[in-house]
Amino acid sequence: MLYREAGQFKTSYLADQAIFPIRQDRIGMAVIIAGAYLLTLTQNDFLLNAMMIPFLIFTLAAIGLNLLTGYTGLLSLGTGAFMGVGAYACYKLTSLFPDVNVLVWVVASGFFAALVGVIFGVPSLRIKGFYLAIATLAAQFFLEWCFIRVPWLYNYNVSGAIEVPTRTLFGIPVTGPTATAQTRYLIVLTIVAVMTWLASNLVHGRIGRMWMAVRDMDIAAELIGIRPLPTKLLAFAISSFYCGVSGALMVFLWYGGAEATVFNINQSFNVLFMIIIGGLGSLIGSYLGAALIFILPIVLRFVPPRLGLDIQAATVEHVTFMIVGALIIFFLIVEPHGLARLWQIAKQKLRVWPFPY
Amino acid sequence: MDLLYSIFIDPFVQMATAPDLLAQTLWEGLVGGMLYALIALGFVLIFKASGVFNFAQGIMVVFAALTLIGLHKLLVQNGVSNATAAAYLALLLTIGVMFVLAFAVERLVLRPLVNQPDIILFMATFGLTYFLIGFGELVFGGDPKIMITEDLRLPTGAITYKALGGLLSLQRLDIAAAVIAAIMVTTMAVFFSKTRIGRALRAVADSHKAALSVGISLEQIWVIVWFASGLVALVTGIMWGARSDVSFALEVIALKALPVLILGGFTSIPGAIVGGLIIGIGEKLAEFYWGPLIGGGTDSWFAYVLALVFLLFWPHGLFGEKIIERV
Amino acid sequence: MRPRSDADAAATDVLLSVEGVTLTFGGVTAINDVSFDIRKGEIRAIIGPNGAGKTSMLNVINGFYTPQRGRLTFKGEARTKMRPYEAARGGIARTFQNVALFKGMSALDNIMTGRSLKMRRGLFWQLLRHGPAMTEEIGHRRKVEEIIDFLEIAHIRRVQVGRLPYGLQKRVELGRALAMEPDLLLLDEPMAGMNLEEKEDMSRFIIDVNQEFGTTIALIEHDMGVVMDLSDRVVVLDYGRKIADGTPDRVKNNQAVIDAYLGVAH
Repeated sequence: MLYREAGQFKTSYLADQAIFPIRQDRIGMAVIIAGAYLLTLTQNDFLLNAMMIPFLIFTLAAIGLNLLTGYTGLLSLGTGAFMGVGAYACYKLTSLFPDVNVLVWVVASGFFAALVGVIFGVPSLRIKGFYLAIATLAAQFFLEWCFIRVPWLYNYNVSGAIEVPTRTLFGIPVTGPTATAQTRYLIVLTIVAVMTWLASNLVHGRIGRMWMAVRDMDIAAELIGIRPLPTKLLAFAISSFYCGVSGALMVFLWYGGAEATVFNINQSFNVLFMIIIGGLGSLIGSYLGAALIFILPIVLRFVPPRLGLDIQAATVEHVTFMIVGALIIFFLIVEPHGLARLWQIAKQKLRVWPFPY
Repeated sequence: MDLLYSIFIDPFVQMATAPDLLAQTLWEGLVGGMLYALIALGFVLIFKASGVFNFAQGIMVVFAALTLIGLHKLLVQNGVSNATAAAYLALLLTIGVMFVLAFAVERLVLRPLVNQPDIILFMATFGLTYFLIGFGELVFGGDPKIMITEDLRLPTGAITYKALGGLLSLQRLDIAAAVIAAIMVTTMAVFFSKTRIGRALRAVADSHKAALSVGISLEQIWVIVWFASGLVALVTGIMWGARSDVSFALEVIALKALPVLILGGFTSIPGAIVGGLIIGIGEKLAEFYWGPLIGGGTDSWFAYVLALVFLLFWPHGLFGEKIIERV
Repeated sequence: MRPRSDADAAATDVLLSVEGVTLTFGGVTAINDVSFDIRKGEIRAIIGPNGAGKTSMLNVINGFYTPQRGRLTFKGEARTKMRPYEAARGGIARTFQNVALFKGMSALDNIMTGRSLKMRRGLFWQLLRHGPAMTEEIGHRRKVEEIIDFLEIAHIRRVQVGRLPYGLQKRVELGRALAMEPDLLLLDEPMAGMNLEEKEDMSRFIIDVNQEFGTTIALIEHDMGVVMDLSDRVVVLDYGRKIADGTPDRVKNNQAVIDAYLGVAH
């Protein structure tokens, strides 16, 4: 009953081109954002540290990959490595210039990831489909090798890992061991929210349409004047930027330190599965997919003991793999547009409720 | 100058002055390449017949090897006293498991996804990969295992002989692997070119619809090729397992079959073999002669970067068919 | 029958001229030494039996194929090797024999994509989607709505094009080409697979585009009735060669054309 668009007339193209043309959607968004910010007040560190912060960080990476794979149709298996570029770039930058605020470097590290992404995106002009997916594996393994074999990247630490130093913003620690979960959550939430808004602007405008045109039919896109290479490279750049910032956030505001293995091929798959299950070519899907893939293992770990079942940690991990694998196949068969599509269907049903059509 | 010298001259000087080391490196590369080629062969079989790019092929190798070891252990524990008999019984049972797998994949993954874009099917095999990893580890445990080489009566030990001013050491097992691989490839080539099923398979590869219209059963063909590539996976798994531990950590190595396919083209069996050998030898040479210059460990990425560079010049592989774009 | 334009128009009115174009694939010659021209403001039909090289000719004109020999002059400038997007920038738009829409997008977005070339605001403003970027977007939306009204597809503007029936898809595709405001519009069998009513609609749109917007049109069509009614001049291809060129009446009575269609032994 509440979700009706009847009576909402658009009197200008401006209103009609809005991202949320229906009033209830706008109210819903406002409530969600306000709720997310209210969570800062909670003292439940576990909720923030182990769930909300990683969920948002993975969402950002998923949005990044979705811009490339879902919107532009270029399948990448190098997400983990691009996240790593962001993390290592941020680490080097804040080591070399400790006086500049670390948050500036978190965002700036995205540009390094973008640059690397463009370099590995160049072959996309001539390579399509799974050929390109294999080419991005080159990025994955080569960059991973760099993270291990180039000691300069981790300041010659004996452990081979990067340790996040304490950095402050207005005198409040934002990274390092003394930063509170609330502070870090607030920062991650703000960055992810702003970047989601920017991504949403992008995909609803000229550039988003050009990406989708290349995805749906690259030849036709070229014949209406869209130059394929710059369009694809822009997708690589922006996608890698998002992944890079996500990687920097992951190390600086979540883990507090990391080794190269964090950015291995399994991480790439993790993010890819988020967008397949969430929905290719959907920003909301990036959120839903990240939530599902990230929360599933947590649920599997904590729910069976409550039910009196005693399952070993290793078993949980194996079962998670099986479920994720099965879910991928299930979604590809039943609903290739993922959770985002189910979400749309639910909204459509709600719109006409209580009538079926 | 020193840098240029150490990149462009020194390695070749080393090769010339120590030909025995070069020969040994080439042999190692050849053996490694053969395993890549076998995995790639599994890919090609499935790709030719169903247009599915089966990312799970590498995992099927590990899965087959694990099943063999696991069943063998089970049989020995349950009173089959003769270890060799148990090994061969386990081998037969594993073949049965691979058939069930082929059947299940056809029924649960391929059939519902008929007529979907290639890339969707490709991604579905990611799901299959993860499912098999989880399933395999759940059933057999995640710890590395040792292949039952001796119980299968495969030759072991090394032949060492003097040549080229040094000692060359060839593992008997590697030679056996080369022979078995050659026999298998030949058998497959004959099977797919001379028999009725082989013809049907090539028809399906050309066009699903056309093949259906002349009464070829897609389901049957798919089960057969998935089973065939399951057998290839089993053989590869045994050979591989005999050289190192068996665990899903092999997955990363199995992925190297992908650059092999880029070199050889997705549809060519000779291409898979040549590509495998090029990658195998190339990465061993690069690691041995050039690796130390940049800190070693280059074999983790060499194959991919080589394939990437290669793609820029030959987008369809060495033996792949060139596609003329039409609108 | 619509009034014919003057057949002896001055040579300066030539928009595109094709001289001695030859295109081969491996050993197959798709187009063999073909020359003709398209004058500003006319509707030029390219006809011929299946496999005559008509679609290949369009592909040469908009840069998808590069001919081995021959010369193209567009708007007075000789053109050598050209990529399709450069042809698009030069003002050549195109529809396809098998509809080539962006299937995952709505009809509105498909047509908006046709405006990509005309939109200038860069990444910065696109990210903000306010101020100049939004003004630009709205301006183009207005243009696109005019096209949507013109093609009478307002009711389906939000529908994903993959779900539309064939006839409407063809119309959306025409809309996308029109959105480019081209100087030369290439239509590859715009009426293939349509029923009579749809054909009449499409013919009306083509004539209106030609007369109201002054767009020069080159079209391939198999329906002879349509070709004879619509076109000012016709060029006939057979086995990659030009066998006739002229007004519909003249072509209709040409012996070579009749032979090609009725299949006389060569």
